[in-house]
Amino acid sequence: MEIDDTTRDEVRAIIARYPETRSALLPLLHLVQSVEGSVTPDGIEFVAEQLELTPAEVASVATFYTMYKRHRTGRHHIGVCTNSLCALLGGDVVWKSLSDELGIGHDETTADGEFSIERIECQAACTHAPSVTIDWEYFDDATPASVSEVIAKLRAGEPVQSTRGPVIRDFRATEHTLAVTDDGLAGEGPSADHRMLAGLTAAKERGMALQDTAAPASSEGEN
Amino acid sequence: MATPLTPILTAHWDDPDSFTIDGYSRHGGYDALPKALAMEPDAVIGLVKDTGLRGRGGAGFPTGLKWSFVPQNDGKPHYLVVNADESEPGACKDMPLLMANPHALVEGIIITCYAIRARHAFIYVRGEVPHAIRRVAAAVREAYQAGHIGTNIHGSGFDLDVVVHSGAGAYICGEETALLDSLEGRRGQPRLKPPFPAVAGLYASPTVVNNVETISNIPYIIRNGVDWFRQFGTEKSPGFKLFSVSGHVRNPGVYEAPLGITMRELIDYAGGMREGSELKFWVPGGSSVPMLTAEHLDLPMTYEAMAEAGTMLGTATPMVFDQTVSVVKTVTRWLEFYKHESCGKCTPCREGTSWMTGLLETFEAGHGQESDLQIIDDICHQIAGRSFCALGDAAATPFPGAMKYFRDEFVAGTHTSADDAFNPVASTVLAGASTR
Amino acid sequence: MTATIPVPADSSPPPVDGVSITVDGVPMTVPKGTMIIRAAEQIGVEVPRFCDHPLLDPVAACRMCLVEIEGQGKPQPACAVAASEGMSVKTQRTSEMAELAQRGVMEFLLINHPLDCPVCDKGGECPLQNQAMEHGRSESRFDLEKRHFDKPINLSAQILLDRERCVSCARCTRFSEQIAGDPLIELFERGSKQQVGIAEDRPFDSYFSGNTVQVCPVGALTSSQYRFRSRPFDLVSVPTVCEHCSSGCGLRTDVRRSTVLRRLAWDTPEVNEEWNCDKGRFAFAHAATPEFDTPLVRGDDGILHAATWPEALERVAEGLADARGRSAVLTGGRLTLEDSLAYSKFARAVLGTDDVDFRARPHSTEEADFLASVVAGSGLGVTYDQLENAPVVVLAGLDPEEESPIVFLRLRKAARKRQLPIASIAAWATPGLGKMFGTLLPTAPGAEGEALSALARGGDTLGSDGRRIAALLNEPGAVILVGERLATCTGALSAAAALAHTTGARLAWIPRRAGERGAVEAGLLPGLLPGGRSLADAQSRAEVAAAWGVSVDDLPTKVGREVDAIVEAARAGAYNALVVAGVDPFDTRRPDDVIAALEAVPFLVSIEVRPSAVTEFADVVLPVSTITQRAGTFVDWEGRTRVFGQVFRTSLALTDARVLAMIADELDRPVGRQDVAGMRKEAAALAPSGSGRREVPSVAASSVSASSGQAVVSTWHHLLDEGTLQRGDDDLAATARTAVARVSAATASAAGLTDFVTLSTDAGSLDLPVVITDMPDGVVWLPTNSHNSNVRRVLGVDHGAIVSLASGGGA
Repeated sequence: MEIDDTTRDEVRAIIARYPETRSALLPLLHLVQSVEGSVTPDGIEFVAEQLELTPAEVASVATFYTMYKRHRTGRHHIGVCTNSLCALLGGDVVWKSLSDELGIGHDETTADGEFSIERIECQAACTHAPSVTIDWEYFDDATPASVSEVIAKLRAGEPVQSTRGPVIRDFRATEHTLAVTDDGLAGEGPSADHRMLAGLTAAKERGMALQDTAAPASSEGEN
Repeated sequence: MATPLTPILTAHWDDPDSFTIDGYSRHGGYDALPKALAMEPDAVIGLVKDTGLRGRGGAGFPTGLKWSFVPQNDGKPHYLVVNADESEPGACKDMPLLMANPHALVEGIIITCYAIRARHAFIYVRGEVPHAIRRVAAAVREAYQAGHIGTNIHGSGFDLDVVVHSGAGAYICGEETALLDSLEGRRGQPRLKPPFPAVAGLYASPTVVNNVETISNIPYIIRNGVDWFRQFGTEKSPGFKLFSVSGHVRNPGVYEAPLGITMRELIDYAGGMREGSELKFWVPGGSSVPMLTAEHLDLPMTYEAMAEAGTMLGTATPMVFDQTVSVVKTVTRWLEFYKHESCGKCTPCREGTSWMTGLLETFEAGHGQESDLQIIDDICHQIAGRSFCALGDAAATPFPGAMKYFRDEFVAGTHTSADDAFNPVASTVLAGASTR
Repeated sequence: MTATIPVPADSSPPPVDGVSITVDGVPMTVPKGTMIIRAAEQIGVEVPRFCDHPLLDPVAACRMCLVEIEGQGKPQPACAVAASEGMSVKTQRTSEMAELAQRGVMEFLLINHPLDCPVCDKGGECPLQNQAMEHGRSESRFDLEKRHFDKPINLSAQILLDRERCVSCARCTRFSEQIAGDPLIELFERGSKQQVGIAEDRPFDSYFSGNTVQVCPVGALTSSQYRFRSRPFDLVSVPTVCEHCSSGCGLRTDVRRSTVLRRLAWDTPEVNEEWNCDKGRFAFAHAATPEFDTPLVRGDDGILHAATWPEALERVAEGLADARGRSAVLTGGRLTLEDSLAYSKFARAVLGTDDVDFRARPHSTEEADFLASVVAGSGLGVTYDQLENAPVVVLAGLDPEEESPIVFLRLRKAARKRQLPIASIAAWATPGLGKMFGTLLPTAPGAEGEALSALARGGDTLGSDGRRIAALLNEPGAVILVGERLATCTGALSAAAALAHTTGARLAWIPRRAGERGAVEAGLLPGLLPGGRSLADAQSRAEVAAAWGVSVDDLPTKVGREVDAIVEAARAGAYNALVVAGVDPFDTRRPDDVIAALEAVPFLVSIEVRPSAVTEFADVVLPVSTITQRAGTFVDWEGRTRVFGQVFRTSLALTDARVLAMIADELDRPVGRQDVAGMRKEAAALAPSGSGRREVPSVAASSVSASSGQAVVSTWHHLLDEGTLQRGDDDLAATARTAVARVSAATASAAGLTDFVTLSTDAGSLDLPVVITDMPDGVVWLPTNSHNSNVRRVLGVDHGAIVSLASGGGA
């Protein structure tokens, strides 16, 4: 597998994070996936070499985790949560609509290489059901129409803002973020959206006192 | 008098910069750290023990007690591993916490490591939520820059490195020993206990594994003290909790309240049920705990009260379902989840979830055989308590729980599909959907 | 009834604490730390199991062994819970909880398991079948679709996998990872899709892969050699001993009518535990068809004709009539102890010659002196158990993974479990050394003696590793293992002996062939008589003559020649006759010289199983039985006698000892009938004696160095290579390691090497791919006898010789 110097440095940095090198296996597979779009046999051999493991040991790990794809993926990955709650609250409808629109099914990629879609498990966004992810960035409270609009915009090369996160980049970029973790985009998106703030909002509406009495009193005269 | 909501971890989530070090520090953030560093490590452990804080990841194990299991002066490196693998269906409290207030976790990590004498902490975040990962990674970086992490922190002689580590899609990695194996670069399969992680965990060294929310409590505890903490909750379930309320309520979201609040109160705070909704069933804490019905709405949400009611508080992330929902479909979809997530190590879970799911699907499709209901029940009994880890127990929970209250619906599954019995659009919150 | 586990009297580890427990109401005491499943076995209670194996770390994955423990609400896995004082265990025999739990697990195991029994190799010897009958339902409640996989798939040319049958016990992957150190098979996927697999294009070419077939509790893993070939009830099993290397593995040879169909490892805790290597397991085609039905006699037409035994023996007697004192005997390293004793007697008593040597391979006088003084007659020396418990093991000129795989497994076990420090004096760190977590003391070929002397002096010149190892060698129980290639490293064996003497460490010699230690014990070296006795010693001669039933005057007194000298003498016409048993000229250092010698000698008797290079020159060929047609004894490297039975009882084929007896009769110098029982009695009568023992050699080390464009050869055999005894099993050969030439980066660059190198001598040249390796400069390593790499046959050189290097074209 050919990698450039930047990636080579990233490999080294990732391995150096851990007291034992094998711990770098999962992040390195994300890195490999960010370069090739999936985890290929080449990628497996590369990681095996870096970590002094056998390719079987690496492949064994790669096949355990759902996020590592062993087939060609699209430029964008769209996940629709179809676990019980999301499914009932609209996820199944959103999935069917998406699948019909793109003409592909679960874990499949469009012929033009633009989109892969997947029925995903609980995204820890149950409060925002139905939950959809675009290149794993949150796209909350999804509807068939909102997802369809995303498809159109991405196809047209127009920017799509994730609901809690940055502007959508692509699948490989997200994989890269998972490998390196600090990608400089933490400031993107709101600190919290209205659902995350639901409890705080309800408390403030009812004039409930802040409880962290040891905190410095606010100069802005909050509650 | 209704139980108040108590925004503490969530108190400043409405600051646009709540997730930055500036935003955090403005409200007392990183004031707890010097206070802890001035104490003896064992005193910090003792303090946390005194609070009675219980793990917020679902098991509810007393946190200070877990820390005290780490043998000291053993010459081995100690590790703190933060379990941010939140993947339990229904649970969405840790991801929002990481996105809106990651520094609470970071400060908590530093203090915890100081207490248990760990020089290395790992935050294992599920890979499917990059925004949580980048927010906590940025917070760690900011903390390094401010000298809160690194060598000789604030002249205390205490060194610490913190690593943010992305998972790659496996619910089983929320189980602490499977998480450790995954963090070591292996398949996420649980380990035999004993040895327990406190004695031989990460890299066979003493390790504490704690949930995100648990550790995030620590700075507030250090700053405000034991008595302050114990004013919330009950004797056996002290403290406050992030309750992520989801499902057919008007305003699903994160509600921070003392343990002991009732579901009725939470639903009320969440704006009540949606238009035309009547609560049919709810689960107090994720799909892995037995479901409850309207008759249980006034039970205190505590570890002990939920256990007494035959269920568990778990992650305290309740899901609420109304009359438009097919219990058969709900349970079947949960079992498809467990089957998908089963690690495969042990026979009962690997084979049992697969068999059970296949049978349940026949009921969802409307052509189940009534005699299969006994088989499914047997399967559950053949898994629960016999599998290698709690994922098996979890998989064996929804069906018996549902059969207790909704046997008729399963029987109906012998001739009517779930979609025919319950209009699948009616349960959605999509525009144009109504509860009719 | 109380059952107590006896602690063996001679065991090295200290006695363990006992704990008292009850199992199904039966009180018993077991050593602390005993798993309940083992404790139950002590009273004959078998808790069903799949993933549990006494030699593998427990995983408690299959959940079949669930038992009830008083005080615990949930059933517990018996394989993973250690007995503790006062524990009360109830197995399925007395606990309904346990019985139901086990039945539940069995039901789960069978839902996806295919009903392949009619076509599955394991049927009839299948733990799943057996345990299903005991603990399962008679009819299945499962009527959904079972999971399907394409089947079988090749994990290697030799090992096949039927994934549908797999019960995910992970014995195979755990064995490969833990015991063999070859994590080439692993579990893939997750949940109900979990399966064993290999990485793409990376077959399961482990030297120990066959063990996974044996430990698999179902028919998921099969060997291409045995697949579909038999049913267990058609087989007769005979305990045998492996005829390949000197590890001494116990085997179980399974025979149907007149064919050996497979070999398994026989549970021999003190030697090979429950394992063997793929060579021992699969390479038995060589014994399948004896090629000679009758003796052969060369006629005046120069052609070998079939002859009757009387005719052949008469001809032999004619040819040997004038050979007394003017003949030599070359026996090779593959004889049984009984046959070795017979040759020893035949040479001295019948042919009156001491020109007898078993070493049909590179050798030296120093080695002969070493074997005669240190090894011969030393009885049971360093044992496997002592290796396992040693404070340090130093390997000199020995790569256990390639040369004695069971020693390798034991060393790896000790390295894993108790961090046994292992150091290797060799040119490069082999994969085997890595799997033993060993330390390399990098040594160019020829410099082994100097390295060993350096250790005796404290190891300073070998760096911090050397110092550490040198210090450990002084601790009680330290072991030095020397390999056969040290024979040609001048001064090395002397230095090893001196090192052992200085430090008090124990020394053991590990030859590559099963018969070599026995040959030493039988006295198949010039000047050496059976039991370590010296020809030069009058008392020894007397004892031996008495045991042989001959006059002491019949025995030669002059110490004879070694192989190289025999070959030279034969070429010079010094002999009237030569008697040769299984010798391959191409194993020797100078095959051309050997061939010339065979050609030159007036009368050549070849005693062998099938045609070889020697046959071409033989005047008489006397066929002898194959390993399966005879009973016998091999002495393993420990000095342990390993007795094996005759697999084909009705064979009429004769052993070498019987043939020699007939020749002796023909020459009117009878030596007795020399059947196996008789030879064993003789062996017992010639128990080791130290009288007249030769002195330990003290040859000074000397080394060679190469000039530019050359390199010193470092070489040893791969376990699986083109050895004669491996012929006939193509699937096994396909798993052999590919030959490469290893040089350091500096050596490669100085010689201008890129991808390929041409190695040449006056005798010939060969091309190999280059692998840059961390090793001394001016050295090249290549395997001795692999495909495209036949060092002796093509280059006519051996370990420590000089070859020329040049950049080569690829093949």
